[in-house]
Amino acid sequence: MRPDPLRSKAVLSDLAGPNAPVVRRSFLRLGAALTGSLALGGKAAMADPAQGSPPADAPWSQSIGAGVVDRPYGRPADTEASVIRRNVPWLTASAESSVSFSPLQDLHGIITPNGLFFERHHAGRPDIDPAQHKLMIHGLVERPLLLTMKDILRFPSISRIHFIECPANGGMNWRAAQMNSLQFSHGMVSCAEWTGVKLSTLLEETGIKKEAKWAMVEGADGAHMNRSLPLDKCLDDCLVVYAQNGEALRPEQGYPLRLVVPGWEGNVNIKWLRRIKLGDKPWHSREETSKYTDLMPDGTSRGFTWLIDAKSVVTFPCPEKPLDGPGLYEIRGLAWTGNGKVRRVDVSMDGGVNWQTARLHEPVLSKALTKFTLPWRWDGRPALVASRVIDETGYVQPTIAELRKQRGSNSVYHNNSIQTWQVKSDGSVFNVQLG
Amino acid sequence: MYSSGKICLPIAVVLLAAVGGLAGATEPGSFGYGSVATPAQIAGWDIDVRGEDGTGLPPGKSTVDRGADVYAEQCAACHGTFGEGEGRFPKLVGGVGSLRDERPEPTVGSYWPFAPTLWDYINRAMPMSAPHTLSADDVYALTAYILSLNDLVPHDFVADRNSLPKVKMRNRDNFIWTDPRPDTMAKPCMNACVDAADVRISSTAEGRDLTPRTTGPLDTMQPK
Ligand code: HEC
Repeated sequence: MRPDPLRSKAVLSDLAGPNAPVVRRSFLRLGAALTGSLALGGKAAMADPAQGSPPADAPWSQSIGAGVVDRPYGRPADTEASVIRRNVPWLTASAESSVSFSPLQDLHGIITPNGLFFERHHAGRPDIDPAQHKLMIHGLVERPLLLTMKDILRFPSISRIHFIECPANGGMNWRAAQMNSLQFSHGMVSCAEWTGVKLSTLLEETGIKKEAKWAMVEGADGAHMNRSLPLDKCLDDCLVVYAQNGEALRPEQGYPLRLVVPGWEGNVNIKWLRRIKLGDKPWHSREETSKYTDLMPDGTSRGFTWLIDAKSVVTFPCPEKPLDGPGLYEIRGLAWTGNGKVRRVDVSMDGGVNWQTARLHEPVLSKALTKFTLPWRWDGRPALVASRVIDETGYVQPTIAELRKQRGSNSVYHNNSIQTWQVKSDGSVFNVQLG
Repeated sequence: MYSSGKICLPIAVVLLAAVGGLAGATEPGSFGYGSVATPAQIAGWDIDVRGEDGTGLPPGKSTVDRGADVYAEQCAACHGTFGEGEGRFPKLVGGVGSLRDERPEPTVGSYWPFAPTLWDYINRAMPMSAPHTLSADDVYALTAYILSLNDLVPHDFVADRNSLPKVKMRNRDNFIWTDPRPDTMAKPCMNACVDAADVRISSTAEGRDLTPRTTGPLDTMQPK
């Protein structure tokens, strides 16, 4: 496709939607050269690499290490400095209304470490004083409430593991394979154990008037981010949380309080939650009209498309983690669905001609990332590696061609298509689409 | 896998009973935590406006001309003098008739279904660096101005809580508010699902030069 002069205007909140850049191929290769840096290859402080390996006793084995509370709040090893959230500088007009991607290529389980959870802000990250933060619940309730953080912590607590995915995850690949990276093609999904109060507990405490059908949920950030949610979903499984993986929420994730709407698009999981108002109709806020609606080829748009459909991706190999010569490998990946549990994941090495069922790793939890693996003896020949998830409703993850047939390629959001990685005979890996 | 079927059943029964009991027992205020929100407290935060009918729009009003002045001062730096958008900041005009094009341009003029949503969004989120600092009158003025830039209202339009819900937006009737998904019906075929000869790469990210690096410090790259 041709370079587009409008490109420099790629609208930030479109996250590379209709106006996303599609640039002419250049011959600059991003391949193995950039992606070959593995954890072990870091700049370990050794002039002589043999110094730390047998038969030599390593320097760190012949000296004393740092004491406890040397790092009162721990941090990763210095050699892991590359494992960070990253952004796409050309994507958005400002870092305050933007997104960062989680480094899935370096994560090994279903839980995203708190410092690596993807970010999506619309007016930057506020730094909130929890002593002043309040949650107001009002509208069609019997008894409007104002709760402090102390009050919220007294309610019966609940912990649940759930993923959150921005529906624009993969949006840059609607038109064509664009991002040659797992981090940038799939890194807007993360998963954590959330602890807080059931939203239903809070709403029962206020009392719900009969006419109430919807809730408006709103953040305390500068965007005053607000969305409408059907009351049924609020009472079903929504959580008002103050903790993430056992510690207080990170400021980027809504400290001191956020909403978790299991299995539904990231944007409705309101961060810095300050207000819930019950009403009889939806609000049609800007974030559910101008944005987070899906434009179809016939010019109509779908609204209130909250559900995250089943999706999976192979996380090894991937562009960042190429193969190191023929031999036995373990294909690894993640699968998730907003519809409950992952039932099965199949993997193909030949672009979808034949599939093999992968092993799912416990725990397989509802609306949580699920890990899968499959052993693979690579013969060194070019391969097309892909995964396909089937969720507990029987829904099968579609190909990008099947999705485009229904939705064209301008709908920005909800691209849950099968991801194909092209493995070349030198082991390098590229993001490709088949058709 | 955590317990045998034999143990599981009684636990399930007990759990069900407990849940049923709780649901029946909760009267409003039974925990008694927090305080009842006062009308004054609620009024301070109760800023939401409903797009479809304008419920929640406050008293006040203003004109397109006043809007042009406020806009020049508070908005033009990012959104351009006539809403054309500076740099990558969003356009507030244009794109009418483009929604079926290869590169559609959704804007207030071409895409937004409801005018009161514009008042609500400017009031809650703009200007970007000082959100929710404008008076209700100035938000009415800006709403009037942006609607007039989009030829949705005449130049003498006065925006207030009665006039805004009546503005007919171009794309109003083109939204479907019930999710039609699942809209794909893929079958989980296992063997010889497609002819190997038909498997071809239709696009590749190789060499596109759009991807920031994923090792070392954060990248500041721009596409060439
Ligand atoms: C510092 C730059 C900046 C200034 C000044 C600014 N805006 Fe914005 N505006 C933005 C950004 C960035 C967005 C997109 C925010 C997002 O999507 O999270 C935006 C979005 C909008 C939108 C929504 C566009 C759409 O189609 O969804 C409207 C309307 C808007 N601004 C109006 C205004 C008005 C009116 C003013 C002046 C009072 C103003 N803006 C001042 C940066 C700015």
